[in-house]
Amino acid sequence: MTKTKIASGRRSFLRNTLFAGSGMVIGFDWLAQQSLAAAKDSLALPKEWYDFNAFLKIGDNGLVTIFTPNPEFGQNVMTSMPMIVAEELDVDWKDVRVEMAMHDPAKFPNAAFGQFTGGSRGIPSKWDALRKAGATGRQMLREAAAKAWQVPVEEITTSNSVLQHSSGKKATYGEMAAAAAQIPVPKEVKLKAVKDFKIIGTSHKNVEGPKIVTGKPLFGLDYKVEGMLIAMIVHPPAFGMKLKSFNDASVKGMPGIKDVFSFKTYNEGQEKGGFDANAFPELVAIVGNSTWEVMNAKKAIKAEWEPFATYNETVAGFGGNKSQVKVPGGLENSVDHLAKMKEFASKPGRVVRKDGDPEAAFKTAAKVLERSYSAPHLAHNCMEPMNFFADVKGDKVKVAGPLQAPGLIEPTLSARLGIPAENIEIEMTRMGGGFGRRAYSHYMVEAAIISNQVKAPVKLMYTREDDMTNGVYRPAYYATYRAALDKNNNLLAFHVKAGGIPESPLHANRFPAGAIDNYLAEDWSIESNITIGAFRAPRSNFIAAAEQSFLDELAEAMKKDPIEMRLELLRKAKANPVGKNNDYDADRYAGVLELVRDKSGWANKPKSKVHRGVAAYFCHASYAAHVLELTLEDGKPVVQKVTSAIDCGIVVNPDAAANMTEGAVIDGIGNALFGEMPFKNGVPEKTNFHNYRMIRMSEAPKAIDVHFVKNEMSPTGMGEPPFPPIFGAMANALYKATGKRVYNQPFLGDKQELGM
Amino acid sequence: MAVFNLTINGKKHQVDVDPTTPILWVLRDHLNLVGTKYGCGMAMCGACTIHLDGEAMRSCSLPVAQVSNQKITTIEGLSENGDHPLQKAWLEHDVPQCGYCQTGQIMSAAALLKDNPKPSDEEIDAAMNGNICRCGTYIRIKAAIKTAARS
Repeated sequence: MTKTKIASGRRSFLRNTLFAGSGMVIGFDWLAQQSLAAAKDSLALPKEWYDFNAFLKIGDNGLVTIFTPNPEFGQNVMTSMPMIVAEELDVDWKDVRVEMAMHDPAKFPNAAFGQFTGGSRGIPSKWDALRKAGATGRQMLREAAAKAWQVPVEEITTSNSVLQHSSGKKATYGEMAAAAAQIPVPKEVKLKAVKDFKIIGTSHKNVEGPKIVTGKPLFGLDYKVEGMLIAMIVHPPAFGMKLKSFNDASVKGMPGIKDVFSFKTYNEGQEKGGFDANAFPELVAIVGNSTWEVMNAKKAIKAEWEPFATYNETVAGFGGNKSQVKVPGGLENSVDHLAKMKEFASKPGRVVRKDGDPEAAFKTAAKVLERSYSAPHLAHNCMEPMNFFADVKGDKVKVAGPLQAPGLIEPTLSARLGIPAENIEIEMTRMGGGFGRRAYSHYMVEAAIISNQVKAPVKLMYTREDDMTNGVYRPAYYATYRAALDKNNNLLAFHVKAGGIPESPLHANRFPAGAIDNYLAEDWSIESNITIGAFRAPRSNFIAAAEQSFLDELAEAMKKDPIEMRLELLRKAKANPVGKNNDYDADRYAGVLELVRDKSGWANKPKSKVHRGVAAYFCHASYAAHVLELTLEDGKPVVQKVTSAIDCGIVVNPDAAANMTEGAVIDGIGNALFGEMPFKNGVPEKTNFHNYRMIRMSEAPKAIDVHFVKNEMSPTGMGEPPFPPIFGAMANALYKATGKRVYNQPFLGDKQELGM
Repeated sequence: MAVFNLTINGKKHQVDVDPTTPILWVLRDHLNLVGTKYGCGMAMCGACTIHLDGEAMRSCSLPVAQVSNQKITTIEGLSENGDHPLQKAWLEHDVPQCGYCQTGQIMSAAALLKDNPKPSDEEIDAAMNGNICRCGTYIRIKAAIKTAARS
């Protein structure tokens, strides 16, 4: 993996179009296109590449390859990360080509989060490393030039891939690359001042755009090698069930079917990692020549399933903390979940934070506002279903496919197959969506187990139904808010109690904690065998909706404008913070509220028949606020416009960040209105897009107007922060439109109109 | 298994497959035209959209045996050099996030513009409502379609 490759074919996609035994005639147009592309590419390729560091190599003709360390699922890190390197290298962007790096913990160390794209940590976690990589390259080029020209290095300037000295001497990066690569790597380098940024802060197009719009092989499902077989799995129809037996007789003789067998996803007693979510410890694999043949066999196979009894397993989290996790037996129902959550909400919870004397304040209150909010499980529904390529040969493993966190799953694969991590090569393809789902890459391990069994390269593919019913869902949540007011509608105390199945969404130290003298936060949780995991802004994606809806109702009870009411609280949190550990910056929080207020024209009355809602939230180190404007047409909410204000520090690639915000807004509106995965006797009741309602073009806002706070702070999260508050903005606008508050997601579900 | 003669992107192809095989898998598995994507297998998401004699079709639900002399166009054949006005507009608006659904979106949009060169917003909504974009790039898709319509 450390070798410098000169060949243009960086991936082994579609190496050979001939399948053993398939006897078909091959289409040559793809091959022709490839060779054309390769010929075009090779003209631009240098004779020699010179390695500078893990992120960077420079060719003798000035072409610069920047390796993007983190996998891409649409947040555009494959463009924005190289932009950061290019900025400090001072290279002309047109000289840059981008390659996805392999998984390589030695090259890209950073504890468990090494090459993890998730938690909105991509850019923030690599910001320094990317800048240093570029600056180091630039410094080595300058030193080489200084040596060649016999002048002090301080006198060498750079601009757009050219080195220059006041004497008139000039050299391109390509001309100096060979000498520069011999310069010892500097221990310290000077980084640019933010005001001198030329690439960062200027919109650059997605580097993979041309490949995307022409349908080039980019995704895991597009990955192919000679002799590759197709594999699918059959998993239990319900959570709480396990495999009893299966009958392969009728399937084994089906056309194209090579093998049918069951396998354990973990070894006996294998300790799990924190991202090893897997509901189904034993699966049936079907392996064959082509997708359609395997799909047909999958439909035909007869398997019997039986309920499992409660068991415990050991899970090792970050830092090696091990815990015993109970997986309860039983077939669960969403109806029971809600009843159970209401029961837990009615009992005292675990006190997480307490400021002042909230109990006394509630006793003396003239008025108490109490409201409860709920949300169901959600499926991630990435457009590209889970899949992975694996080729296990003896004690060597090659895997390739879509995953967010190669470093988190590699130990699991290593333990399951008993193959050392250094013998495992992980190639990260572009992902057709992630949203947290692909941080749980059990499907990669499954592919490797299957390849190991059939002794051939295989691509495991989940059908849409497998993808939707195999677990790793956003948990179901419930939260109760209470506020105590005196007779003049002043806020005396605030109480939040929140929980879920199986985890609580509470963030006890976030706003409005710190702004209220008497504050109580409690949580609770309920065990479940339905596997859950991170879903775009985990926990925040629910609690923001509940909290921001409640604050809206509270502002109304306090007879205050909802933005001004929040700003007053933030002013108090800034001037005279209550308690400790308040984990938000009151000024920056207020900043996005003020920006969205001004940009949305909040001070003006809304246009006739337009109803507005506002919400803001802080998570993943960034601040986001939205004003949503909707009309009701035949009882159906039509979002006319969303105005968004975001503070994520320096915005690396503004148009891409705006795109991400637009996407978060649309995703959030879709899930707020329609998102739901109900369970009946452990069975996920929605199985495909005919009954899992997804937001479509006609339901998207007509316009989204995104504004960023300008500052020089290091970049913070962007993929997640704009998502949680849009749920609240939607709920608050619906109230204005209908006069009725909505408390339970999804607000529309399968209905076409409100209140039907 | 049976032999089928197909015209795809202006070229003749012969495949020997189960007659029930959807065109999607003929394209992806047998002809290595992987720009056409699998999303749902039941014509509910539009990721697999191709043109059959110029009409947008969901290739995941179109058995190869049902296609006789009709001409199939896939994203790989939409334009010679990736320069269809929609492809250019998609790049101009920097539409894609993950990008997985975008070839299907472009194929649906191309069929729309062929029949209706100047569609209204409502007509765009109606034609594109069968294509899900999980990343939520709908506003940019619509803007790109309008840009292409103007060109």
